[in-house]
Amino acid sequence: MTLYAFLGALEQGFLYGIMALGVYLTFRILDFPDLTVDGSLPLGAAVGAVTITSGHSPYLGLLLATGAGFLAGAATAILNTKLKILHLLASILTMISLYSINIRIMNGPNVALLGTPSVLTDLESLGPPLYQITPVFFFLVAALVTGVLIWFLHTQYGQAMLATGDNRQMITSLGVNTDNVIIFGVGLSNALVAFSGALIAQNQGAADVNMGVGTIVAGLASVILGETVFGKATIARACVAVIVGSILYRTAIALALGTRLGGFAFTPSDLNLITAFLVIAALTAPMLKRRFSR
Amino acid sequence: MISIQAANKYFHRGSVNEVHSIRDLSMNVEQGDFITIIGSNGAGKSTFLSCLAGTHALDSGSITMGGTDVTRWPEYKRARFIGRVFQDPLMGTCGSGSIAQNMALAQKRGQRRGLTRGVKTSDREFFRQRLRPLGLGLENRLQDRAGLLSGGQRQALTMVMATLVRPELLLLDEHTAALDPKTAAQILDLTRSIVAEHGLTTLMVTHNMHQALSLGNRLVMMHRGRIIFDVRGQDKAGLTVEALLDKFQSQADAEVSDRMLLG
Repeated sequence: MTLYAFLGALEQGFLYGIMALGVYLTFRILDFPDLTVDGSLPLGAAVGAVTITSGHSPYLGLLLATGAGFLAGAATAILNTKLKILHLLASILTMISLYSINIRIMNGPNVALLGTPSVLTDLESLGPPLYQITPVFFFLVAALVTGVLIWFLHTQYGQAMLATGDNRQMITSLGVNTDNVIIFGVGLSNALVAFSGALIAQNQGAADVNMGVGTIVAGLASVILGETVFGKATIARACVAVIVGSILYRTAIALALGTRLGGFAFTPSDLNLITAFLVIAALTAPMLKRRFSR
Repeated sequence: MISIQAANKYFHRGSVNEVHSIRDLSMNVEQGDFITIIGSNGAGKSTFLSCLAGTHALDSGSITMGGTDVTRWPEYKRARFIGRVFQDPLMGTCGSGSIAQNMALAQKRGQRRGLTRGVKTSDREFFRQRLRPLGLGLENRLQDRAGLLSGGQRQALTMVMATLVRPELLLLDEHTAALDPKTAAQILDLTRSIVAEHGLTTLMVTHNMHQALSLGNRLVMMHRGRIIFDVRGQDKAGLTVEALLDKFQSQADAEVSDRMLLG
């Protein structure tokens, strides 16, 4: 693997790591399997891109994208808590609605961001080549988001959110309206995913309605890989593990795409299959380790 | 004072499986009453407690607590008045959270939860002080996950959590039924001392007649969603298990003759 490819994997790892933190929040903390993310990642990209192409600041784009993601997540949670639709189905309904909504927002299936300002534009003046600065920049962003999430989960409200995912009857009898906690939590999760989507669009120079396909699988793969490799003894460790998992996942994919066996080479369309095998390996690794250590 | 007026609760109403679980039940609970509730399976004891807590909404009737009509209040809102211990020891605590985190959650019962730190350093001494009387050594294990505790330890922790903020009403739903006899006796002693210490108004459902007789100042027997026997003070103190069983039997007999008449 070349340094260039490795730096690329790092960059992707941090970017998609923010999305994976959102998946961690619903999947692990709230025990709410949420497929909305496949729609809220391109939603964030779309809102962020359209904000820029209509002449506003890329930072405003990130902010609006985050807000839009929150609303998408809240919509799923309201379908579940208030209208009593099964969480998985509720999230699928929001996800397919977002496909239509995203095309409306972009007035087409994609928006190109060529020659427009992005959050990376200001970094170019720093000197070193962009491919070296961007991983550092995205590391700082991912570290900040991780830090804020760890802080939040240790607040009174954050603790109530942890309890909501663990023992809903108990926390209700202690006076917490769990419906509101779930709506806020799933909203926050999708806000992170959309923020990540907006950053990805600015980084790759385009927003596309299909860029969200497989987001949930990539997110889950990162969460599970991270837990297996890095551990989850405390909340802080589990959150950092998500970012570590995301980097491992992107590195594994970069390695796979660079592999040549005689005339055979993986193509990007093989990624789903590779992802599935990665998740299976991460899930069964602890079991295999126990079996062979006996 | 807590007042329940003409309460009715159905399950599966209007279907062939309809169960009329609480029937025209009225009852006044005085401040400081410690009431034990007994009755056969399906008598509606646990449903009655769930209706008070707000887990189930009444189909008709009303509930007032301290002059406030709470009939339409959801469970989480009534929690500001109510401390609760469940039959299942796993139900009252959060297994993935530490003892300190669980107690911090209980300390905010009925209050707004904000963005300040969940477990404050200054609270730890208060938590230790409340855990020490249990004699289980939990005061030295504040960082341990609640999931590591035994059933008895978790139930003891739940008792402390339910009363950490003084509740207007303490609901105990067969809270010793899932424990071994020795642990059950310890939890019962703990119940007696905590209720006495804080002068708590308490409703305790139990299947154990001895428990029902030895604890509290008032005893209520339920049958088919109704209160069929309600004694207090001296009358209760003079009761024996035999007398209670007789009462039970005579009710069963009365029902048989009813059915014969109707048949």
